[in-house]
Amino acid sequence: MRKFVKGNEAVVIGALSAGCDVYFGYPITPASEIAHAAAEYFPVLGKEFLQAECETGAINMIYGAASTGRLAMTASSGPGISLMQEGLSYLAGAQLPAVIVNIMRTGPGLGNIGPEQADYNQAVKGGGHGNYRSIVVAPASVQEMCDLTMRAFELAFRYRNPAIVLADAVLGQMMESLRIPEGVAARPDTSSWAVHGDAATRRNLITSIYLDPDRHEKHNQMLQDKYEDMQKDAVAESYRTEDADIVLTGYGSSARIARSAVDALRKEGIKAGLFRPITLSPFPIRELNATAAGRKVLVVEMSNGQYRNDVLLYLDRGADTTVELVNRMGGNLVRVDEVLAAARRMMEVRA
Amino acid sequence: MNKKATGFYETFDRKDGSRTTTYCAGCGHGIVHKLIAEAIADMGLQDRTVFVSPVGCAAFCYYYFDTGNVAAPHGRASAVATGISRALPDKVVIAYQGDGDLGAIGFNNAFQAANRGEGFACFFINNSLYAMTGGQMAPTTMAGQKTTTTPYGRDVTRDGYPLKVCEVFAQLDAPTYIERVSVADTKRIMQARKAIRKAIEVQRDGKGFAFVEVLSPCPTNWRMDSVRSAEHCIEVMEKSFPLGCYRDRTAEAVPRAPRAASTTLAELIGSGSGAEPTVDPSFPTVGMKFSGFGGQGVLSLGLVVAEAAGRAGRFVSWFPSYGPEQRGGAASCSVVMGGQEIGSPAVDAPDVLVAMNQPSLERFAPTVRPGGTVLYDPSIPVEFEPPAGVRMLPFPAMEVAKSNGVPKAVNTAFLGALSAHGLLPIGDEQLLAALADSFASKPQLVEKNIKVFEAARRAVEAGRDGNANNPFSQ
Repeated sequence: MRKFVKGNEAVVIGALSAGCDVYFGYPITPASEIAHAAAEYFPVLGKEFLQAECETGAINMIYGAASTGRLAMTASSGPGISLMQEGLSYLAGAQLPAVIVNIMRTGPGLGNIGPEQADYNQAVKGGGHGNYRSIVVAPASVQEMCDLTMRAFELAFRYRNPAIVLADAVLGQMMESLRIPEGVAARPDTSSWAVHGDAATRRNLITSIYLDPDRHEKHNQMLQDKYEDMQKDAVAESYRTEDADIVLTGYGSSARIARSAVDALRKEGIKAGLFRPITLSPFPIRELNATAAGRKVLVVEMSNGQYRNDVLLYLDRGADTTVELVNRMGGNLVRVDEVLAAARRMMEVRA
Repeated sequence: MNKKATGFYETFDRKDGSRTTTYCAGCGHGIVHKLIAEAIADMGLQDRTVFVSPVGCAAFCYYYFDTGNVAAPHGRASAVATGISRALPDKVVIAYQGDGDLGAIGFNNAFQAANRGEGFACFFINNSLYAMTGGQMAPTTMAGQKTTTTPYGRDVTRDGYPLKVCEVFAQLDAPTYIERVSVADTKRIMQARKAIRKAIEVQRDGKGFAFVEVLSPCPTNWRMDSVRSAEHCIEVMEKSFPLGCYRDRTAEAVPRAPRAASTTLAELIGSGSGAEPTVDPSFPTVGMKFSGFGGQGVLSLGLVVAEAAGRAGRFVSWFPSYGPEQRGGAASCSVVMGGQEIGSPAVDAPDVLVAMNQPSLERFAPTVRPGGTVLYDPSIPVEFEPPAGVRMLPFPAMEVAKSNGVPKAVNTAFLGALSAHGLLPIGDEQLLAALADSFASKPQLVEKNIKVFEAARRAVEAGRDGNANNPFSQ
């Protein structure tokens, strides 16, 4: 079955299809429709919705609910997500699964409510204190707003780690046809670690405190091993890249713009393709190199090169790859014609 | 201790396997722990209880309490306990917090939890300073009291007054039970025991928020011996923090009704209308822009077009201006439809622009692709040179809507005109179905809007036939 819905509503449909039990959140443009839909859907499905007093409250309620092994989620945008960073670090430290949706708006500071992708580093590199990583998935369509929210829950519970759905205001606000998932995912078994308030889990403890440096180092190392293990779940999409001379790359709505540019460039006779990471953490390193190494690479993003820096980081040093950036900030989308101009320049084609 | 304390682990294996706590001699935490643990054990609640440890001296409550255990971030035990109790509504949830933790950094979380009547017991240990962190001023530090951050004594004109949390919470409607007790002597400990048991009974019975503040000696940071600390607690602290019950609605409180499912996800989402999109590379990608004032139905016009395209099996996206812009200012939306997956949902260079007011006409007309079309109401003066190669099509949508009795249906009139001009690669069947759908909540408007749609079509066709005498006739 299909329905024409906003990306923000698709997130909630995805969460419910994953079996999400509780939603705690604080409203903020352009993520508020997620709270609206959750407020409408959760209670009548016998699930818990609570509008928290602030984002700090929300993320700590998530911490509490996640401690019980329930599927818990929250959603916000830039400033609110910044307020949640301490909680994210605690979730990671205590190895708690939860889904946090960031419908990115502009920054720094209050910025405006337009789309940007400038929370990339915050999401992908940690954001809070300590040696931790969140799982980060990057939807690029309304369908993926739903499907990757489900995937985020799955990965969060598989690795007992917070998972971020990193989308931008375009994806949150736009409408597309959504294929509604069938059924609800099976509930993960959490009795080995969660606190259910019953005899079977009475011995369980949720904490991130390790006073002894050696023990804490061991805990940190175990987390690093886990992050390494996650690498097998890195996913990317390639479009028309087989014979491409130039590979455009971006995630989220920037990838949509790059896709339009790829088609336009092909019409001009330029062999262009698109590499789109679907997981940003773990980053699809192997797929990036298989697609882009040794070619010309044009990064498209709505931020100051944060994603470009990771492309540079992960490309094989030995490969002769030229990487350039076309970007916008402040709430402006990258225009397709700006991408075309940058690509032609790289291909030394005069318009 | 005469009898062996119950409710604790046999040995404190998470600490060092001993049976001694981390607390200093004369500290109140040990007594409060014992009272809580004993109450949980006596009521047979150990298998039903989740205990939330704070940050501070009591950070390691989970060394001792033989229950489910969760360690919260500094200040957040009340928020964490809220999350637990909302996730496990039939369990006993206990938050244990100090005065810096609850009274300062986490005050809003605790206050709001109290105001919602959350289902947990909050034990609030007031020793008038931050103990673990090194004896700094807490919100509960008394006037004139010396701490490491008030070395000359708390100056109430600069540092404020001791925060009376029980009195503040007692202003709220939701809490079931609020009491301030002390553990400074045996008599007081007996009263504390009663209060703690009552707070846990409230949880056992699911009757809402219970709050017990405990005045508790801190010999180490007060730089007093145990005896002097206990005296200080009674003689000095109780002046600022009078003991007593501030709220007791335990008799009349009723458990919060549990959430119950009244529908299913499938029923909620409803029956979808969209068809499976078909890949058809021969179908060109079309970008349309709809623009005007907020309130003119600009976004819903775009939405009807997009929904109709979806019904027709096209790939389609709809992207609006949003936020404050919607409320009064300019509104616009982009619709892209095509025979394959849509790339950018933003329309930089529209094939078709519908402009419903002058600012939007002037803003977007110059962006229209050569060969594209601008549809606008002739009441808007065109005070600029239209871009080369762009067809400017005036259509009297306002008049058509008005003369058909629905002045607000200007957007529907434009929809009819778009269709009649062949600017929508979508059949009327899909358009009318999407139009009807858009008025699902106001069915009385469906027929009226269909009338406007058809009148608009006729107006365009009449104009095309050169029969412009009465283009708005019904």
